[in-house]
Amino acid sequence: MSADLFDLGFLEAADALAKKAVSSEELTSALLDRSEKLEPALNSLTWFSREAARAEARAADAARAAGDKRPFLGVPIAIKDLLNVKGQPCTAGSNILKGYVAPYDATVIARLRAAGCVFVSRTNTDEFAMGGSTETSAYGTTRNPWDVSRVPGGSSGGSAAAVAARLAPAALASDTGGSIRQPAAFCGVTGFKPTYGRVSRYGCTAFASSLDQVGPIARSVEDAAAVYQVIAGLDPHDSTTSPRPVGDGLPEVRAAKDLKGLKLGLPKEYFVEGLDPEVEKLTRAAVEQCRALGAEIVDVDLPHSQYGIACYYILAPAEASANLARYDGVRYGFRAESEDLLEMYEKTRAQGFGAEVKRRVILGTYVLSSGFHDAYYLRAQKVRTLIRGDFEKAFARCDAILGPVTPTAAFRVGEKSADPVQMYLGDIFTVNVNLAGICGLSVPCGFTPNGLPAGLHVVGPAFEEARILKIGAAYQHATDWHRKHPKI
Amino acid sequence: MAMKFSENADRMDVRYVAGLARMALSDKEETQLQGQLDDILAFVGELKKLDVSGVAPTDDASGTLNAWREDEPATGLAREAALANAPLARHGQFVVPKVIE
Repeated sequence: MSADLFDLGFLEAADALAKKAVSSEELTSALLDRSEKLEPALNSLTWFSREAARAEARAADAARAAGDKRPFLGVPIAIKDLLNVKGQPCTAGSNILKGYVAPYDATVIARLRAAGCVFVSRTNTDEFAMGGSTETSAYGTTRNPWDVSRVPGGSSGGSAAAVAARLAPAALASDTGGSIRQPAAFCGVTGFKPTYGRVSRYGCTAFASSLDQVGPIARSVEDAAAVYQVIAGLDPHDSTTSPRPVGDGLPEVRAAKDLKGLKLGLPKEYFVEGLDPEVEKLTRAAVEQCRALGAEIVDVDLPHSQYGIACYYILAPAEASANLARYDGVRYGFRAESEDLLEMYEKTRAQGFGAEVKRRVILGTYVLSSGFHDAYYLRAQKVRTLIRGDFEKAFARCDAILGPVTPTAAFRVGEKSADPVQMYLGDIFTVNVNLAGICGLSVPCGFTPNGLPAGLHVVGPAFEEARILKIGAAYQHATDWHRKHPKI
Repeated sequence: MAMKFSENADRMDVRYVAGLARMALSDKEETQLQGQLDDILAFVGELKKLDVSGVAPTDDASGTLNAWREDEPATGLAREAALANAPLARHGQFVVPKVIE
């Protein structure tokens, strides 16, 4: 191996390991060395253990020597600190889960483990995935590897920054309103949110259960597709998972080279005031690239797009207020001592939760409370129907939808943290995909004059993951934005 | 990016709602949250402008109604594993402050 080991992507690492050009222990050690070197500047990881990772890697090497030919045997992957990996801490970026050690594997982890992966590190997240910058993490803000004065996005900012900085070939993340795609765009990596119901959330710390979805952040669409293939599919532990067969789309994704015969929709609602002109320019250039690859570009309408953020900031906090009721200091996590049970709950939650979580839990409690339920929660559920309907109509006219992932490139640390509404508007192009329960992909599509990455959003109908992955792969076959690395 | 705020937005009693959510708030937090939640409520109140009469609510994005499986006994978490993260456990049980006088 001539290049640095940490340069290897997920599939490249699998190939190198299969050819015995490198051992899992060497690869894992290279990533841990790099993590130790860069973490003081990035803070993208909440936990890693050299001993634990090397033990897993050595076990993978021994299995290979004994004839084990599992496709991802010994391939390291980083995990968002929201997903339970048995024996590792799982904090969800919150003080209330400080010291919690996962007693079981999330289904996605069990599947990656069965495929042979090594869990090399845990990545930083906004507290309970509530945020768009990682600034709400109790473990400090992650920095963007392209400019450490800027945020990496969020909530999966740690996963995106770690993959961009090559601390791991790929990472698992979660997306409730854009938390995979937005940080992927900010960090110049590929992020993929599968359809609601495609990937199990069993063992994924719940935020808003009608919206949460687990997916990969990787260096390329191919790598994201490879991770997706392992984690997707029906799980008896998550009744929202679909029995629909996942199929093996990876060979087709790897072979995708053009977009002939595809109709791609361009919604005018995604090119509006508030979209940074430089990001717009990069998005439009990416759309032209898709046209040059053979796609027919058609105009589509998503008339209720502008209501997505308001709808989301009723539904998601409402669900969060219910999901986070379990953090009461009784069964796990932090407890504030008190002689009185009610006071123990109130003090535990007051001291254990950060400001953004408190804000959303109170908001969610309010919109569900007697007298306000119909005006807020029920109304938002109806608006959700309208937003879903927009996509159904649009997909009658096109195979997938293109647009920007974010209205701006990465902003500066602290720039938006005092104004929640401004922060929430950063999800304007991504939340509707969650509300509609469909799938979305963010692929790097260039850099602003400040040297900051931007992402092209490819949105597909429910369960058409293979289609949008092929579109992203064809785009990456023709471009090399995803091969650029930050100088860190 | 519509973000014109309604002028007659609701104003919540933050301390009361925090109580419903079992969260103590300091006076400083209450003041800060009141301002922020007023802004957020005004923002989400934009939905009131939409005509949603005759629209059915969506409560599940997948459109599935029920998922059935055989009701078969299976091994769950062992008691020791379930108690391992407890702030306080004794005699195989979670310990909480006394609730009965």
